[in-house]
Amino acid sequence: MDDGQTSLGRRGFIQSAGLLLAGSVTDLAWSKAQAATKIVLPFANGERPLVAYPQKRPLMRLTTRPPQLETPFAVFREGLLTPNDAFFVRYHLANIPLSIDLTSYRLTVKGLVSKPLSLSMEELRTGFPEVELVAVNQCSGNSRGFVVPRVGGGQSGNGAMGNARWRGVSLKAVLAKAGVLPGAKQITFKGLDAPLLPSTPEFVKALTVDQAFDREVMLAFAMNGTDLPMLNGYPLRLVVPGYYGTYWVKHLSEINVIDHEFDGFFMSKGYRIPDNDCGCVEPGTAAKTTKPIGKMVIRSFITSLDDGAAIRVGEATLVQGIAFDSGAGIREVQFSQDGGSSWVQANLGEDLGNYSFRPWNIKLRFTKAGPHELKVRATSRSGEIQPLNETWNPSGYRRNVVESVRVVAL
Amino acid sequence: MRLQLAVPTLILSTLLSHVAFALTITLPEETAEYRIGPGVDLARSYCMGCHSADYVLTQPPGMPRSFWEAEVNKMKKVFGAPLPDDQVTPLVDYLVRTYSVH
Repeated sequence: MDDGQTSLGRRGFIQSAGLLLAGSVTDLAWSKAQAATKIVLPFANGERPLVAYPQKRPLMRLTTRPPQLETPFAVFREGLLTPNDAFFVRYHLANIPLSIDLTSYRLTVKGLVSKPLSLSMEELRTGFPEVELVAVNQCSGNSRGFVVPRVGGGQSGNGAMGNARWRGVSLKAVLAKAGVLPGAKQITFKGLDAPLLPSTPEFVKALTVDQAFDREVMLAFAMNGTDLPMLNGYPLRLVVPGYYGTYWVKHLSEINVIDHEFDGFFMSKGYRIPDNDCGCVEPGTAAKTTKPIGKMVIRSFITSLDDGAAIRVGEATLVQGIAFDSGAGIREVQFSQDGGSSWVQANLGEDLGNYSFRPWNIKLRFTKAGPHELKVRATSRSGEIQPLNETWNPSGYRRNVVESVRVVAL
Repeated sequence: MRLQLAVPTLILSTLLSHVAFALTITLPEETAEYRIGPGVDLARSYCMGCHSADYVLTQPPGMPRSFWEAEVNKMKKVFGAPLPDDQVTPLVDYLVRTYSVH
């Protein structure tokens, strides 16, 4: 795009804003146009500008360098799959790739293997069978901004997650070609995003050999039918279904099979949770022992109603939402329209697989005017159920308390 | 369409029929700035090298001094920020004074 086109585009945008200012639209439309410049999340210091990045619609910007962009929650009512241009972005280190040439891009597989590999994208696409699955990618710190007492770190609302149809090749197939040797204990994954200073630890993640083989871990080159957007890991990213996004290494460039436990910062110090059943501690206290974060805990959301929505007394309203877990699949979703005093079972919708968002819906009717608190609670096929009360950990990871939406019947 | 033209440049060079061989993007300008106050030069000198100011600006208000101490020490000791020992306390002072107020 040359400068002339860019400035024409900018002028065009300003002109259309000028038309709105001229008063030819209703107050409602104008307030919507104004609201579209930012979203204010419902916690202190929660104002986020909406900014359009390359290949992205305007998303909530948490940080600029490296970029962290959150999906506005309203996107989740558009459909079960999160569009690529609305999918959240999270980097750790500022030296991120802005230009990738597939003629020189290679994925190397090395370490404890009988035949080290250096694969072009073409060799990856043609040398292994294609696999496809729908899976949720959720940031470990999704919803951290709601944690009480507040904790430091990326202050996300509920939009640091997304559900996409991933297509690629199986990690198992690639490792089989390389030939994993006896004594292999862990597999590390590194991408092209790198530190700016040599003294900063690289972003490298590790899975145990068991974790890498007990589910369909994928090297994905497409999401929702097209190439990965650059900011979501072009041209190849790891997809670890059911695991938090920290493992889904972007711009994947190196797989290393090792005979010991990897001790890099982002495994041994970062992304750790209290080593107990709940992964939690008393609020405000430290954990005695910790372990790497792993599988996602079960969650559910109401997507069709915003907090503060008005509903007419006596009128039937279809409430819709999503639920997901780490891969057992959703067995049932319970819904309460009285703040959790009584629960009824919601209807489950289209099943896109155990790692996907599972839609649910239920008809709601209020007989009395006034404020009402809606709650939603999912149970998995393995019996995992969302806690009614918040649990807390020092890093604000794995939030999954039952969500509430307050509405008013009029 | 107008909106698409207004967003930062995106170049998709397609060399063959359907396979893109390169992708180049340009990120939006960085505009976040540390709040003015005594010590702001330290944040500009030693924090901006590796991350934008919004990493600090978006933290919850009212965090205790121990939080900022831990962050600064993590950046220095773990992430290798070239912050001299005698500048740790002045930088923590700036962060507490500027971002821990309610």
